[in-house]
Amino acid sequence: MIENNHLLSWIIFWPLIGMVLVLLTPARAKTFIKQLAFLFTLPSLIAGIVMIMQYDPSAGMQFQAKVQWISAFNIYYYIGADGLSVPMIFLTVILCPICILASWNINDRTKGYMALFLLLEVGMLGVFCALDFFLFYVFWELMLLPMYFLIGIWGGPRREYAAIKFFLYTLLGSVFLFIAMIAIYLYTGSFDLIELKTLIPGSDLMSAMALKWWLFLGMYVAFAIKIPAFPFHTWLPDAHVEAPTAISVILAGILLKMGTYGILRISYPLMPDMALHFAYFIAVIALINIVYGALVAMAQTDLKKLVAYSSISHMGYVMLGMATFTPEGMNGAVLQMFNHGCITAMLFLLVGVVYDRAHHRDIDGFGGLAKVTPIYSVITCVAFSPRWDCQGFRDLSVRRWSSWARSRFICGSRFLRLQELCWARRICCGPTSESSLGR
Amino acid sequence: MSKYELLAWLILAFPLAAFVIQMFVGKRLPRQGDWVSVTAICLSLACGLFLSFSIIFGENDPHFLYPEEPTYYQWFTGGSMIFGWGFHIDNLTAVMMLVVTIVSSLVHIYSMGYMQGEQYYHRFFAYLSLFSFSMLLLILCDNLFLLYITWELVGVSSYLLIGFFFWKDSAADACKKAFLTTRVGDIFMFIGIMLIVMSTGKINFVEVFNAIAHGELNGLTLTIAGICLFGGAVGKSAQFPLHVWLPDAMEGPTPVSALIHAATMVAAGVYMVGRLFPIFSASATTMLVIAYVGLITAFFAATIAITQTDIKRVLAYSTVSQLGYMITALGVGAYTAGLYHLMTHAFFKALLFLGSGSVIHAVHTNEMPEMGGLKKKMPITFWTMLIATLAISGVPFFSGFGSKDAILAGALQFGVDHPQHILIFLGLLFGAGITAFYMFRLIFLTFFGEPRDQKRYDHAHESPFSMTVPLMILAFLSFIGGFGAFGSLWLNKLVVPPAIEQVVIEDAHAAEGAHASADETHAENEAHPADAGHAVEGEHGEHHHNPFVHYGAMILSILFAFSGIAFSYLVYYKKKFSAEKMANQWRPLYELSFHKYWVDEFYEKTVIAFVLKIRMVLARFDNKIVDGAVNITAPITRGTSAFSGAVDKYVVDGLVNLLAIVIQAIGAISTLFQSGVIQNYLMKAGVAAGLILLLHNFIMRIFG
Repeated sequence: MIENNHLLSWIIFWPLIGMVLVLLTPARAKTFIKQLAFLFTLPSLIAGIVMIMQYDPSAGMQFQAKVQWISAFNIYYYIGADGLSVPMIFLTVILCPICILASWNINDRTKGYMALFLLLEVGMLGVFCALDFFLFYVFWELMLLPMYFLIGIWGGPRREYAAIKFFLYTLLGSVFLFIAMIAIYLYTGSFDLIELKTLIPGSDLMSAMALKWWLFLGMYVAFAIKIPAFPFHTWLPDAHVEAPTAISVILAGILLKMGTYGILRISYPLMPDMALHFAYFIAVIALINIVYGALVAMAQTDLKKLVAYSSISHMGYVMLGMATFTPEGMNGAVLQMFNHGCITAMLFLLVGVVYDRAHHRDIDGFGGLAKVTPIYSVITCVAFSPRWDCQGFRDLSVRRWSSWARSRFICGSRFLRLQELCWARRICCGPTSESSLGR
Repeated sequence: MSKYELLAWLILAFPLAAFVIQMFVGKRLPRQGDWVSVTAICLSLACGLFLSFSIIFGENDPHFLYPEEPTYYQWFTGGSMIFGWGFHIDNLTAVMMLVVTIVSSLVHIYSMGYMQGEQYYHRFFAYLSLFSFSMLLLILCDNLFLLYITWELVGVSSYLLIGFFFWKDSAADACKKAFLTTRVGDIFMFIGIMLIVMSTGKINFVEVFNAIAHGELNGLTLTIAGICLFGGAVGKSAQFPLHVWLPDAMEGPTPVSALIHAATMVAAGVYMVGRLFPIFSASATTMLVIAYVGLITAFFAATIAITQTDIKRVLAYSTVSQLGYMITALGVGAYTAGLYHLMTHAFFKALLFLGSGSVIHAVHTNEMPEMGGLKKKMPITFWTMLIATLAISGVPFFSGFGSKDAILAGALQFGVDHPQHILIFLGLLFGAGITAFYMFRLIFLTFFGEPRDQKRYDHAHESPFSMTVPLMILAFLSFIGGFGAFGSLWLNKLVVPPAIEQVVIEDAHAAEGAHASADETHAENEAHPADAGHAVEGEHGEHHHNPFVHYGAMILSILFAFSGIAFSYLVYYKKKFSAEKMANQWRPLYELSFHKYWVDEFYEKTVIAFVLKIRMVLARFDNKIVDGAVNITAPITRGTSAFSGAVDKYVVDGLVNLLAIVIQAIGAISTLFQSGVIQNYLMKAGVAAGLILLLHNFIMRIFG
C-alpha cells in the first residue's frame, strides 16, 4: 500500500475552500470577493512550487495518495504526479491567480463568477492529478460545467451560442470516453490507470482487436475534441471570441492541454499497440492542424480568432511530437504543451488589454501601437518571439519523420511565423491609427 | 579554463550585459546609455584582437583548434541526444573575430554621431549590442544546434534594426520581408541539420566531420543535406533567388546597413559554408550548385546595380553581387580566396555604407540625381569612399584586388580543370568589370560635376568626428588589407579548408585540386583525418602557384577593372556618351535592370498571391464546411425532435385520444338506448331476444 502524500490533495482542494467562502460572502462585497478568490488561488501556487522543488526527475509516479471511494465498483480516490503531470499542474496554478487578476473588472455578478472560477480550477487540477479513470472522468466533467456558465453568462454578444456549442461538443466527446471507460472496466474490473497497464494485457481485451480499435478511436475523439484536432476544432474560435479574457486564457492555456494530456496519460499507456497503429493517422491530423490552422489564422481579422487558430496550429505540433513515438518527440510535446500554455495565455491577455481600451479586436483597426503603448508592444513582440526562434527543441520532435512529414511540418512553421509577424506588423508598426486609440 | 575560453566568455559577456542594461535602464542613463554599448563592444574588441592575434601570430598553426577534443557544457538532453554548448576556435574564427569586432565597434562609434537625437536612441544601442552578441556567438559556437539558434538570433536583431523606424510603413514592411525571406532559407538549413543529425546522431562540428569522414553520411543524403544547408546561406547571404530582402533592408538606419547588411550578418552565410566546408566539399553536386548560385547572383546583381539611383540600393546590390563572388569562390574550392574576400569586403563595404550614410546625413536624400559636386564640401567622406571604391573595383594595391584576384584565379583554375565550367570564370570576370563601372558611376554622380540640387548642396557639410574617424580607420584597413599581399600571405597559410573526407568523389577532389595520388594518402590516413587534410592542403596551396592561372587571372582582372572605370569616366564624368541615350537605345535591357528583373513582382504574383488566396479559401472552407457540418447538427436535431414530437403528438398520443374518442362514441351511442320509458325497454328487450334466437338458429344450422 502506498503511503499517502497529501500535497496534491491540498493543491486541488484549496480553491474549493475558497469557493465555499466566496459563496458565504454577501454578493455586495465585490472587491472583497475578488480579494478572497485571489487569496485562495495562492496556496495552490505555493504548494505547486513546493511540488516542483520536491519533484525527483529520476523517480516515476510521485506524491501518490490512494483512498477507497466506492468499494462496490472498485473505485479509488487515487492521485499522483509524474513528469507529464507536474508541468501541467504547475501551469494551472500559475495561470489561475493571473486570471483572477485579469478578471478584476468583472463587476456583474462577481460572486458567481469567482465561485465558478474556483470550481473550474478544482476540476482542472483534478484532471491532471487523477490516476483513477473514474476519478479522472469525474473531474473532466466537473470542469465542463463552470466553463459553460462562465462563457454563457459573462461572455460576448453570441455567448449563448458559443457556450452551448462548447458544452455539447465536449459532452459528445465525454460520452465516448465514458463508453471506453466502462468497456475497459467490464473487461478488467479496475479503474486504476497504473494497474490497468498490466491488467489489460492479461485480459480478454488484449485479443479483442476490433473492440480495442473502436475504444481507442472513441477515446481519441474525446480527446481530439478538447485539443482541438481537425475537424473537431470549430468550437474553439467561437468559444474564444465570446469568452471573457480570463476564460480565454484558461481555455487556451489549460483546457486544450487536457486533450493531449489525456492521450498521453490514458490512450497511450493503456493501448500501446493501438497507439502505434494510429500513429500515422494522428501524425496526418497533426500536420493538417499545423498547416491548415496557420493558413486559416492568417485570414482572420479578429485578434482573438487569430490566436485561437494559431492555438490549433500549435497543438498540432504537440500531436506530432506524440505521434513520433520517440523520447525526443514526447519530451518536445510536453515541453511544447507547457510553453504553448504560457505563450497563448500571454497573447490572450494582450488582446484583452487592447480590447479593454479600444473596444474592438479588429486587426485592421489597429496600427502604430508601439508609439502609444511602447511597453505593451515590446511585450507583444516578446510573446511572439518564442515562436520565432526558440523552437529548436520542438522541431527536434520530428526529426525521425519521413521527409514528407517534415516538409509539411516546416511549411507550417513558415506560415505561423508569417501570421505572427503580420500581427506584430499590423498592430504595432506603421502610422498610428485613430481607432487604436479607442476613439 | 584556458586563455581562449576565458577570452571567448568575455567577448560574449560584454555585449550581452550591455544589451540587458540598455534594454531596461538605458533610457535613464546619461546620454541614454550609448557609452554602455560602445564601451562593451570596445572591450570585446580588445579581447577579440588579443584572441585573434594570439592565434594568428602566436600559434601560427594552420590546423590550430581549440578545444582539441570536443568539450562542452551540457545544456539539456532530448531522448538520447545530448545538447551542449561549447566553443570552436580556429583560424577561421580568428579572422571572423577580427572582422566582426572591428566593424562592429566602428559602427557603434559612428552611430553615436549618426543617430544623435533620434527617438528611441537607447533602444538602438540595445539592439546593436544584441546583434553583436549573437554574431559573436555565431562565430564561436561549436555545434549545429547552437549555430541555428544564433543564426535566428542575428535574424531577429536584423529584424529589429531594419524596423527601427517602425512608424514608417516602408520600414515595417521591409523588416517583415527580410525576416520572412531569410526564414525560407533557414527552413532548408534546418532540414539539412536534421538530416545530418538523423544520420550521424552528432551535432558538434568536429564530430560531424569525423562521421562524414567515416562514411556515416554519404551519397544522395549527403548531397541533399549539403544543398539544404546551403539554402540557409542563400537566405542569409541574399543569394539568388532569395536576395529580394536585402535591398529593401536599406530602410534601416545606415549604420545598421553597414554593420549587418554589408559586413557581418550577410557574410554569415559565407562563413557558414566555410565552417561546414567538409559537408559541402564531400559532394561534387553540392559544390557545383554553390558555385552556380554564386555566379548567377554575382552577375545578376551587378547588372541591377548599374541602373539604380538610390545610393544605398546601389550599394545593396553591390553587396549581393560581392557575396556571390565569395560563394562562388567556395563553390569552386577556392576556400581561402572566398574567406579573404569576406574580410576585405567587410572593411570596404562597411566603409562605403558609412560613407553613404555621411552623405545622406549631409544632404538628407538617398537619390543620387539630387546630389553631385559634394567633393569640396565633404573631403574626408570623398577620399575615404574613393579608397573603398578603388578597393572594390579591384585596382592593384588595394585590398579588393588581392581577394578578387584570388577568387578569379580559383575560378580559372576550376575552368581549366573542367572546361565545361569555364563560364564561371567568364561570368565573374565580366562581373568585375561591371562592378568597377557602377561603383565609379556612384562616385562620379555623388561627388563630381555640378550640384544638381542647389538647396541640398548649400545645406551639406562634413560630418562630425565620431563619423569621420571610423571612416578613416576603415579606409586604412581597406588599403592595407591588400598591401604587399599582406592579407593573402598569412591567410593562405592559416585559413585552409578543414581536414576532410576520404569519401572519394572524383569531381569533388578535382574541385579541391587533389588528384589520384591523394587518394592513397587518404586511405593510409583513414584514422587521422587531420593528416589527410594536410595532404589536400599541400596540393591545394600548390595550385595557386600555377603561374599561368595566377597571372592570367590577374592581368585579365586588372584589364576588366580598368575598362570598367574608364567607361564610367567617359559616361559620367566626361559625358562623351549620354547615359539617357544608351538607356533608350537598349530600352528592354534597361527596363530589365531598372526593375530588378521583376523578381519581386514575380513573387508577388505567384507565391504571395497563392498564400493570400489559399488562406481565404481555407477560412471559408472552415467557416462554411467544417463549422457548417457542426452547425447543421442543430437543425437536424431540431428536425428529428420536431418529427418525434409530431409522432408523439399524433401517433402515440393520438392512439390514447382515439381510445377516448371510441369510448366516448360508444357511450354516446349507448345513451340513445337510455330513453327512461319502460315500454321502449320492453320492446327493445323483445327485439333483442328475437334477434338472439334467430342468430342462434342460424349458427346452429351452419355448425350444427
